[in-house]
Amino acid sequence: MGLVKFKGIGIKAISVTVPKQKVVTSQQTGFFTEKQLTYFIDATGVQERRIASKEMCASDLCYDAAINLFNKTSINPNDIDALIFISQTPDYRVPGTSIIMQDRLKLPKATIAFDVNMTCSGYIYGLLLAYSLTNIANIKNVLLLVGETLSKITSPKDNSIGLLLGDAGSATLITKGEKYGDSFFSLNTDGSNSDAVIIPGGGFRNMSSAETIEIKKHEDGSERSDEQIRMDGMEVFSFAVSEMPKDVKRLLSFAEKDVTAINKFVFHQANKYMMNVIAKKLKVDTSKMLYSIEKYGNTSGVSIPLTMADQKSLIDNNDILLLNAIGAGFSWGTTYLKLVDCTILEVNEL
Amino acid sequence: MDVNEFVKHFAEQFDETPEELFKPTTLFKELEEWGSLTALSIIAMVDEELDIRITGADIRNSNSIEDLFLLTQAK
Repeated sequence: MGLVKFKGIGIKAISVTVPKQKVVTSQQTGFFTEKQLTYFIDATGVQERRIASKEMCASDLCYDAAINLFNKTSINPNDIDALIFISQTPDYRVPGTSIIMQDRLKLPKATIAFDVNMTCSGYIYGLLLAYSLTNIANIKNVLLLVGETLSKITSPKDNSIGLLLGDAGSATLITKGEKYGDSFFSLNTDGSNSDAVIIPGGGFRNMSSAETIEIKKHEDGSERSDEQIRMDGMEVFSFAVSEMPKDVKRLLSFAEKDVTAINKFVFHQANKYMMNVIAKKLKVDTSKMLYSIEKYGNTSGVSIPLTMADQKSLIDNNDILLLNAIGAGFSWGTTYLKLVDCTILEVNEL
Repeated sequence: MDVNEFVKHFAEQFDETPEELFKPTTLFKELEEWGSLTALSIIAMVDEELDIRITGADIRNSNSIEDLFLLTQAK
């Protein structure tokens, strides 16, 4: 399993909001040398990224994106049947942020609302869940919110990830419509690599304590606590370049489509070099690849809708898109869908 | 692929390091150009040339180019 087909469901609108505060990679001297910064930019492509203020949550960015979506399209909050909030940086441990968002967005009390904890594959999984709900007879419109403020749980003195992650929030409306045709999903999980990207402390396995919040110096020179994110970049890269092309081929085989049928490829913006290695293995025409990592860094599950919004001028109506992402765990997936009459708003700043 | 061919592909991942510095016994992490990007290039090269996945741990546990080559042969 893990391969799924939907008929007559599609994306009606996408809206993305990023924080105003910009962090320019080349200016992050102090802990990093100029040579390290140049090397990092060459390897990842990240020239700058956006960072939320202390008071700003992922939900605030998603709220702004959703309000813009309501204000600038014909979508009415009263027509929303379900709300999914996907994030690793929710407002509280209890209650779920989706519950609070139902009230903030003035959605009907009959709204189905729930949170999902997914990392960089969150948009692909979110679409699968939204399409699945929309597939139910009485449900017509699902609002998918994917937001992250990972800067709040990242050490700026981490050699692997300290300069990589950016903050952003998105709102996507999924709806019914014959015009959308067929969509295909491939979803995968391999929990044996759960240590490759992890925040080891502060959860219920290793609860918050004086020890978990202590900043420690690590073998590679990084300085971080056990309540800050840790990534084995080589492990992620190795897994991704091995598995992602296979997954794309598996999905295309299931959908009985050829890679040449794809108009635009929107990969999770993990690392530009990694995206290009995967594209090369798939023999993808690089002019069909969309990127936003230079401007926003790796924004986890938000990176796919953010790339679509940032590069909207390159997307045409009726384009066939291939979306592909890998996240902590590992969890990864690929989506093949047709974008029909989709309203993509300009990226907003908050 | 023999070890000398592996060393040749390994050397191709470096832009500035003179080719003559690459031998099976070369301690690659001591090369000035060695870093995260070259590490990723080596992982990608092994994947492309040998269709074998080497991990971050494999790189960390290897000292010479030959160590890494032998590791790929054991997979």
